[in-house]
Amino acid sequence: MDNELYQAVLMQHSKQPRNFGPLEGATHSADGHNALCGDEISVALRIEGDTVSDAKFTGSACAICTASASIMTGEVKGLTCDAVQTLAGNFRLLVKDGTGPDLPKKLEVLSGVHQFPQRVKCAVLPWETLVSAMKSPVS
Amino acid sequence: MALNTSTIREQFPFLKETVNGHPLIYLDNAASSQKPARVISRMSRFLESEYANVHRGIHLLSERATAAYEHARTNVAKLLNAPREEEVVFTRGTTEAVNLVANTWGKENIRSGDTILLTEMEHHSNLLPWLKLARDAGAKVDFVPMLENGASLDIEAAKRLLAAGPKLFAFVHVPNTLGLENPVVDLCQMAAESGTTTFLDAAQSVGHQPVDVRKLGCDFLACSSHKMCGPSGIGALWGRHELLATMPPWQYGGEMVDRAYYDKPATFREPPARFEAGTPPILEAAGWAEAIAFLNETGLDAIREHSVSLASLAAGRLQQIEGLRVFGPKIRQSGIVTFSIEGVHAHDVAFFANERGLALRAGHHCAQPLMRKLGSPSSSRASFYLYNQPSDVDALVGILQEAVAFFR
Repeated sequence: MDNELYQAVLMQHSKQPRNFGPLEGATHSADGHNALCGDEISVALRIEGDTVSDAKFTGSACAICTASASIMTGEVKGLTCDAVQTLAGNFRLLVKDGTGPDLPKKLEVLSGVHQFPQRVKCAVLPWETLVSAMKSPVS
Repeated sequence: MALNTSTIREQFPFLKETVNGHPLIYLDNAASSQKPARVISRMSRFLESEYANVHRGIHLLSERATAAYEHARTNVAKLLNAPREEEVVFTRGTTEAVNLVANTWGKENIRSGDTILLTEMEHHSNLLPWLKLARDAGAKVDFVPMLENGASLDIEAAKRLLAAGPKLFAFVHVPNTLGLENPVVDLCQMAAESGTTTFLDAAQSVGHQPVDVRKLGCDFLACSSHKMCGPSGIGALWGRHELLATMPPWQYGGEMVDRAYYDKPATFREPPARFEAGTPPILEAAGWAEAIAFLNETGLDAIREHSVSLASLAAGRLQQIEGLRVFGPKIRQSGIVTFSIEGVHAHDVAFFANERGLALRAGHHCAQPLMRKLGSPSSSRASFYLYNQPSDVDALVGILQEAVAFFR
């Protein structure tokens, strides 16, 4: 039921998201939306050399999407773009069928999502937007 | 006369379903309605003993199937009080009916510099085909604005925009979000004075209240079976015969053709056959005819009164929840209540409700520009129909209060 999906940690991230707001000096950004339920999210990054040095997000989204974005922006800071790509792929495996290689502990709070197929998109949307942001330099 | 809800509920098998041990409460009727047992058994009986292709077999089953298919046309024509049965064209649904007119009447009549008038309340289905037509033709599109919070159309603006003489005015009868009914008679009269052709999206009104094309005064009307206790996959375009008669085909193939040749252009049949290329939704027509008989016996005035009173009760009680905003007019005019809750996203609301057996719709309701204009890209919707009851409203209010406490 609700508790398997909306774990306490997840609800904290959703009610008080970290890294929420515009990012000064962003070098890359992208918008993502879920046409099904109306989630809208923007991810802004500062990429220095090969490394994501900062990440923030804005938008209006459900608890799952907001919490996922909050945790994600914390986890990717300091990683290389390649490492972020790999992490995004592994995260997708985790929320789609609950499998996948080891992931940072904080991301596991979203593992319950795989039991609710209609919510997978909510959890993955921030990551999809992040991957597309890495390819989209701010002009 | 008020509806006997318990007798009606006995006729809907879906009400036996449960979710996590909770009885299923279905408040997603604006998306699609549930089917009574007699529609379900009519469709299986048809498949068992009446099914074949229509209008072509010289054999018993084809005769039976043709009779059932044409009986459905008669029922739809009567439901709409259409002057002639041949004015009813079967389509896959409302969306296909809009596309049919845009691709035939529209292509013949909309020229560069012409204006198509729409409203800000349209569902994507009565918006995107016209926008595409306008782009292709080089025509201009205007929108009748709505008043604050989607309370109604701005009738003064409609008057002004119609006086300018647009070629076409396509608009919705009962919007799928706002809980209101547009004043179709007045709008069609204003349009007629300017020589403007009118197209009415009646997907949410036909089968939910009496709809009489002669009284309304529109030129075209579109509706869907699945919103009125019939199966999905069939709907109808109604059009004035003199308009249908001038329209070219839009899909080509069997059934719609009169004479075909290898080396010269084919000739086509009269409406409605001209617009029904290929094997039509035969089974669905049989089911729809039964649904219409069921609704007529139940009484369309009583159905409307029932749905509107449940929606009014729900809107009134929901507004007492702090931070909850109901869109549309103060007094409900249809069975639809769309709302947003500050600090609680609609997708979470719908998920939370489903866990407790309550089916709500969340999202933009296929009306993205409208919801953007209302400042709410994502909202929740409860829509009522004949099998809903006052305790469904209690459940809705209780579950939303619980959701607010959980998420906020």
